[in-house]
Amino acid sequence: MGVKKEKHKMPEQPPEERIHNFNEVPLGYPVEVAVEEAKRCLQCKNRPCTKGCPVEIDIPDFIKKIAEGDFDKAVEVLKTKTSLPAVCGRVCPYENQCEGQCTLLKVGEPVAIGRLERFLADYERMKGVKPPKIPESTGKKVAIIGAGPAGLTCAGDLAKMGHSVTIFEALHAPGGVLMYGIPEFRLPKEIVKSEVDYIEKLGVEIKYDIVVGKTITIEELRREYDAVFIGTGAGLPRFLNIPGENLNGVYSANEFLTRVNMMKAYLFPEYDTPIKIGKTVATFGAGNVAMDCARTALRLGAKKSLIIYRRSEKEMPARAEEIEHAKEEGIEFKLLTNPVEFIGDEKGVLKAVKCIKMKLGEPDETGRCRPVPIPGSEFTLDIDTALIAIGQSPNPLISQTMKNLKVGKHGNIVTDENGRTNIPGVFAGGDIATGAATVILAMGAGKRAARAIDEYLKSK
Amino acid sequence: MYEILEKKTLSENVKLMRIHAPLVAEKAKAGQFVMLRIDEKGERIPLTIADYDRKKGTVTIIFMEVGKTTKQLGTMEAGDKILNFVGPLGQPSEIEKFGTVVMVGGGVGIAPLYPIVRELKKAGNYVISILGARNKSLLMLEEEIERFSDEIHICTDDGSKGVKGFVSDVLQKLIDAGKKIDVVWAVGPVIMMKVVSDLTRKYGIRTVVSLNPIMVDGTGMCGSCRVSVGGETKFACVDGPEFDGHLVDFDNLMLRNQRFVEEEKHACKLLERRGI
Repeated sequence: MGVKKEKHKMPEQPPEERIHNFNEVPLGYPVEVAVEEAKRCLQCKNRPCTKGCPVEIDIPDFIKKIAEGDFDKAVEVLKTKTSLPAVCGRVCPYENQCEGQCTLLKVGEPVAIGRLERFLADYERMKGVKPPKIPESTGKKVAIIGAGPAGLTCAGDLAKMGHSVTIFEALHAPGGVLMYGIPEFRLPKEIVKSEVDYIEKLGVEIKYDIVVGKTITIEELRREYDAVFIGTGAGLPRFLNIPGENLNGVYSANEFLTRVNMMKAYLFPEYDTPIKIGKTVATFGAGNVAMDCARTALRLGAKKSLIIYRRSEKEMPARAEEIEHAKEEGIEFKLLTNPVEFIGDEKGVLKAVKCIKMKLGEPDETGRCRPVPIPGSEFTLDIDTALIAIGQSPNPLISQTMKNLKVGKHGNIVTDENGRTNIPGVFAGGDIATGAATVILAMGAGKRAARAIDEYLKSK
Repeated sequence: MYEILEKKTLSENVKLMRIHAPLVAEKAKAGQFVMLRIDEKGERIPLTIADYDRKKGTVTIIFMEVGKTTKQLGTMEAGDKILNFVGPLGQPSEIEKFGTVVMVGGGVGIAPLYPIVRELKKAGNYVISILGARNKSLLMLEEEIERFSDEIHICTDDGSKGVKGFVSDVLQKLIDAGKKIDVVWAVGPVIMMKVVSDLTRKYGIRTVVSLNPIMVDGTGMCGSCRVSVGGETKFACVDGPEFDGHLVDFDNLMLRNQRFVEEEKHACKLLERRGI
């Protein structure tokens, strides 16, 4: 067999250049490379890749069409299962999903499914997205709370089934974490806008500036709509709860990223929202959000950007590609290190962090080795800015204002695998149900909930 | 888009606006706030609700022109539109019959105090209001507040109206006169709320303060507005904006409010250069 063992490389902006701009890092496959890569696919009968996809995309089918050069048909196949291909083609953890199941792994690297998905989505956008066919109306109305990945996917699928869908969004922009969380250099906001535009063309209406639980209640929505889907995400930032955390210069990852991404603080003073970045920036945590913070800090002009993490490299929850990109850009990793106190000057401005060295102990309930402090190993690092990226909890606003809704011990809304809550006609999915996870898992939850909502509406 | 229906100049740099926002007006309660953004490039800022009219679907805001956004807002006129206006946010004031309540308002803080005064009076309280400002021109809503007060005291730093002195001096006199006070509300500059809380702590009088820290989203997402209350970190946007004044770390709040002072100055300078 003459199958090339490695994926075709995707061109990228060189690190020394990209740390000075917010433009996208990977540049996408050129047409001929995409076709060559598509030809690596073995077209397995048992389709392990599709089984690995949370939204069940018919992967071998769209890849076959790319190999044949029929990109329009390929787009059609792709879009029957996902309304956000340009997003998924950039931020999905393919290595654990579709690509993680690829038969080619036995001989080398998997087919670059993520890059091919991205190629198709970009091809379609350049060409001008074909307006979708709007099906006949069922006369049923569904309210969706939150215009993030779960809500948008659920809305798109329900609209394709002919239901009338209205999304209620608290912020002034759509996309949820795609807009406020993921940086421009990883997911350009124009792409989010164009994907949202497609969903609106399906007939979905988005109402902004509406905080459900405050501006209107879920009970009011239930009176007006036949079903409600809650996709309000994991918006509540976690803090370290150590002394000095309220000093000036300590930000939650959410505040830092929202200022920069959604409010465009990197363009201050053209945009009104400011951000302050010091010479040395320390990000605490080692997930994708932490990598986004550390890399954003560099682009804002930090001389030194550190990742401080209490376990070792092996346990870092970020995707391999994100860690790789961060390393290429010169992010320093201080592993097996835990902060114990932030130290400020007389004006309440952060100037240092006291840390302690850790070693790995016995595995905990997550299966990862528990980090244990090494007594007497404390040391102080001079830093100007601290970014806390140790995770987010589900947003409590709705569960607080809807007393009979069943909520788990972490504040997550309890649902079955199809998003049904304990209240008939009320569905939930994404981070609000699972706790902070990935974009694609939220999309998968939105998709399954759409099916369950459709069943519910038909049975009414 | 949210239309400005009415604009009044209360003093040189304090403006009142009535905004058409029926959904916000419908749910607004005393003590809550809104987040607004003027235009596509604007910052989101919190403003406490000064009044609301559910029938007309309007919300009143009163603001002092201190930063870039409030200065720009001050140049807008009736008929102009604000891009985003979200609310009502935060927890409403606790309105019940406490007995005697002393309502302390300082400067532009008098505005959000007004609906709380009104609701507490309607709930059957004996309401004593103390309004203070640097000078006469910075006082506001005296008639409105007087209508719902059993007693009203006015003071100014320079003596241009009412008693010369601070609101805390007036409050001290009430306490010294043996007035039985059940709850004090203090809304105004951070330093005023701190001084009032320090005073009432000595006498064990419950004191409610309304905080206005820097916010980004206003819905509990970013933690920019975190304050230390009784040693615990709280978010003013969802847990507040009202807290027990005896537990708030006002010194930390004052420092946190200075976070972007230089950037704000720079933005204001650019605004001036544009002739605004």
